[in-house]
Amino acid sequence: MTIAGDILLRVEHLTMRFGGLVAVDDLSFEARQGEITALIGPNGAGKTTVFNCITGFYKPSEGRIGLCHGDAAIWSELDALTDSGKRGITRGDSGLYLLERMPDYLVTQNARVARTFQNIRLFPGMTVLENLLVAQHNALMVASGYTLFGIFGLPSYHRAERASVEKARDWLNRVGLIHRADDPAGDLPYGDQRRLEIARAMCTDPVLLCLDEPAAGLNPRESAQLNELLMSIGNEHGISILLIEHDMSVVMEISDHVVVLDYGIKISDGAPDVVRNDPKVIAAYLGVPDHEVEKVGAEIGL
Amino acid sequence: MTEGAANQRIDTVAALRDAAITTLLAFGLFLPLIGFHTVTNIRNELELDTRWPLLFSIVAVVGVARLAYSFLLAPWLERIKLRPMATTTPAWRATFGKWFVPFCIGFVIVYPAIIIAATGFGGALKWVDNFGIQILIYVMLGWGLNIVVGLAGLLDLGYVAFYAVGAYAYALLAKEFGFSFWILLPLAGVMSSFWGILLGFPVLRLRGDYLAIVTLAFGEIIRIVLVNWVDVTNGYAGISGIPRPSFFGIPFNANDDGFAATFGLEFSPIYRTIFLYYLILALALLTAFVTVRLRRLPVGRAWEALREDEIACRSLGINTTHTKLTAFGMGAMFAGFAGSFFAARQGFISPESFTFLESATILAIVVLGGMGSQIGVAIAAIAMIGGTEIMRELDFLKQIFGESFDPTQYRMLLFGFAMVIIMVLRPRGLISTRAPSVFLKEPKPVPVDLVKQGHG
Amino acid sequence: MEVFLQQLINGITLGSIYGLIAIGYTMVFGIIGMVNFAHGDVFMVAAFVALVAFLILTTWLGISSIAVALFIVLIVAMLFTSLVNWIIERLAYRPLRGSFRLAPLISAIGMSIFLSNFVQVSQGPRNKAIPPMVQGDFVLVTHNDYAVTLSFKQLIIWGVTAVLLVCFWYLVARTRLGRAQRACEQDQRMAALVGVNVDQTISLTFVIAAALAAVAGTMYLMYYGVVSFSDGFVPGVKAFTAAVLGGIGSLPGAVIGGLLIGLIETMWSAYFSIDYKDVAAFSVLAITLIFLPQGLFGRPDVEKV
Repeated sequence: MTIAGDILLRVEHLTMRFGGLVAVDDLSFEARQGEITALIGPNGAGKTTVFNCITGFYKPSEGRIGLCHGDAAIWSELDALTDSGKRGITRGDSGLYLLERMPDYLVTQNARVARTFQNIRLFPGMTVLENLLVAQHNALMVASGYTLFGIFGLPSYHRAERASVEKARDWLNRVGLIHRADDPAGDLPYGDQRRLEIARAMCTDPVLLCLDEPAAGLNPRESAQLNELLMSIGNEHGISILLIEHDMSVVMEISDHVVVLDYGIKISDGAPDVVRNDPKVIAAYLGVPDHEVEKVGAEIGL
Repeated sequence: MTEGAANQRIDTVAALRDAAITTLLAFGLFLPLIGFHTVTNIRNELELDTRWPLLFSIVAVVGVARLAYSFLLAPWLERIKLRPMATTTPAWRATFGKWFVPFCIGFVIVYPAIIIAATGFGGALKWVDNFGIQILIYVMLGWGLNIVVGLAGLLDLGYVAFYAVGAYAYALLAKEFGFSFWILLPLAGVMSSFWGILLGFPVLRLRGDYLAIVTLAFGEIIRIVLVNWVDVTNGYAGISGIPRPSFFGIPFNANDDGFAATFGLEFSPIYRTIFLYYLILALALLTAFVTVRLRRLPVGRAWEALREDEIACRSLGINTTHTKLTAFGMGAMFAGFAGSFFAARQGFISPESFTFLESATILAIVVLGGMGSQIGVAIAAIAMIGGTEIMRELDFLKQIFGESFDPTQYRMLLFGFAMVIIMVLRPRGLISTRAPSVFLKEPKPVPVDLVKQGHG
Repeated sequence: MEVFLQQLINGITLGSIYGLIAIGYTMVFGIIGMVNFAHGDVFMVAAFVALVAFLILTTWLGISSIAVALFIVLIVAMLFTSLVNWIIERLAYRPLRGSFRLAPLISAIGMSIFLSNFVQVSQGPRNKAIPPMVQGDFVLVTHNDYAVTLSFKQLIIWGVTAVLLVCFWYLVARTRLGRAQRACEQDQRMAALVGVNVDQTISLTFVIAAALAAVAGTMYLMYYGVVSFSDGFVPGVKAFTAAVLGGIGSLPGAVIGGLLIGLIETMWSAYFSIDYKDVAAFSVLAITLIFLPQGLFGRPDVEKV
């Protein structure tokens, strides 16, 4: 059984180059089971690139990204797994995966990392309910006997589909979109689309949920609702969250652990309070050299 | 001047000016190719003829049409726009929608009987064959391509290649090994499907128009191979004497063991035609049924999701490679079925039947019908194929334009013209809503403006 | 070696024609992101107009100077084809601008079917052959009775193509129109906001594309001396291949792509199989798109997550 506080995700020496540009430079950090880890930094700091590496959309130039399911003791096999050249191993209920070796869809399917996007990516021409069923594709695929049973309309598939609809209904209740279930996703207002995208990611049964700026474009009330939702996902389901966010009220209120990036380099790592008072972080956000922080801070009344 | 009055009043000067400009443009446009006619004389030299009366009458027709548009059509369109839109759908439409599909299926089942009752045995042959079978082949091809283009959003301009694979597979295997139609039908489907997947593999990464062009290239390559691989395909001459399907072992001929004799009927070629009609109807309905089922299965939803947003699909753990290949394979399989039926019906095939024009026609049927909509595809097939077939029947036009007038010449001309006009008037096709595959309380049709057309 | 040299000359000639058509594809794709499927048929219509104009000049007006006749034919074909393409854009593509992606493609395919059938109906389905316009050649090398020749008509094609490409390059690179075109390529709405007349720019793009296709059509007629209503499709697809090979949107790319396709086709015909020469061109298209989708000179298309 997983224990809150165990290490879930371990990013080591992650480097991503695009031609001559180093977007992420030798980044290492950890995310713990059941915690909300925030990745913050000024625009262009490389946060989304880190996300894309973790979720398999980019292949990192260097570095290792390990993810653990179940018992944290399996971390001891990390080096053996790395040398073996395999993508992952399982020991009973536990598993260990090297995400940098997996194509994007397997990161979700096998390693169970789900994500959302900065510019929402729903299926706008499909209904809200259909969006949530697409997210349960792999489970339903097995239930439909890879389409074969489904074509002949066997009852086992119908049962599985009903269960999926129930799961979708459950999530729609939680994000408050049950009354819009049969409407096209593209018709929803912006804030609802953000929540639907999170619900859709949750329908893939993740152990780690990666959210790319979930509060962007939300008004204060919606932002507060989002905080509640994220906290409850963490508390009730024991799912860990990794999030990129600019809205400091969200970051400071809900995250257990904050990692700060600037120009692809980690400049601070720790509890929200610690990070908030770190001069390097303030300097990065204000855009001034370290030694001028106090002066500028005094001018603007920090 | 109030706005309402401005809308009602027709600006005569402007209308006349527009008509004059249009007439002038039409004159310039038609002068070289209608005003002059290149003819080869007895000495086999090219000479020029003039056709001034024809040119001036066409230009005059264009000018008058422009005037009619300004004075009659445009104000009418304006009035339609001003009319308040109905906010609720009337009850008759709901009833109509509910009974439309069962009615259509019922109609196509009794269609041969209606035709025979109306025209007798002799006249019915043409109507069942040219209008029934011919249209149903395109309906089936349209439904097959609809899986690839309409659902998965993968633009395929070489679909006819799989139709050709099915046709040649049947023709060659039936002639060489004497296998029966019922064995070769699934075999042809499997072979086409195999080719669909094979050709699908390299093009998986391509998007949009590029995918269309590469599939076009593949389609042409297969056709050129059929033309040049004379040892096997007999080249341009084609394959003739392809065995015709029998009625579960009973051949359709005038012999004693033939269909007519067995059932104590007088011999007539119509029996085979009617049998073929029901065969293609069954195949088409199978295509429709399987597609309807697939749309409600995870694989079908994955196709539609792929059309909507490929990156989001990958983020949900969907293997987009497999998903695309199943779409290609499934679409190709139905083309293979249709192809083997085509070979069996014609008894003769040649590469001429599998040109790019066929692919374009099938794609046009899918897009004109409204992507993804099966009813729309069927309506578009009836309109486009039935419309061009009807051109063959317009003999009365000869009495107007003289004996040398051959309406069939204008079939493809009008076909191309109709494609442009329908696209300009209804860019999203005839059926402009998408039916959701699952619902919680009530199915609400999705307005097609929200539906993406895929980027692959 | 002699065969190679001869095929090189033939290939460059054919490639010049493809290159001229390819520019039309690349420009239209660059500015409105649409594969103008009817472009090959516009080229064929141009060849027919050139045919009619040539017959009027020679058989009716009795002009004996081929140089004068050819010049007038070229001008007439360019003017008329530009008009045709301008009208096509107005009727079949402009109403669909900003509409769904497939609509303009289907409209263009419909237009392609319409044009080829219009020519078939109005001029008849037979091949139209004319007596050779230009005769004579230079013998470059003779070896073992095999003479490598450069014919006058090939020379004319090279010359006309080169001169027109220079004019065209000046137009696109140095004039207001060229700037407007590049602005529309980047962002039509923004271009409109800073005062570019987008409709007019797109219309002019179609006009220029048609004018170059008309040159190609005239050269085609002069080179082969025969044209038929179905001659638009295959050169059209090959020219599109050329545009893709050079990197769609890139003008020098279109010309170089055209030359490459011309060379591949002639070399393949000489050394492998003339029956499968189209397969060679189509295979190049498929291979380019699969392994080098941005072409030789195109900008790479980075997937944005």
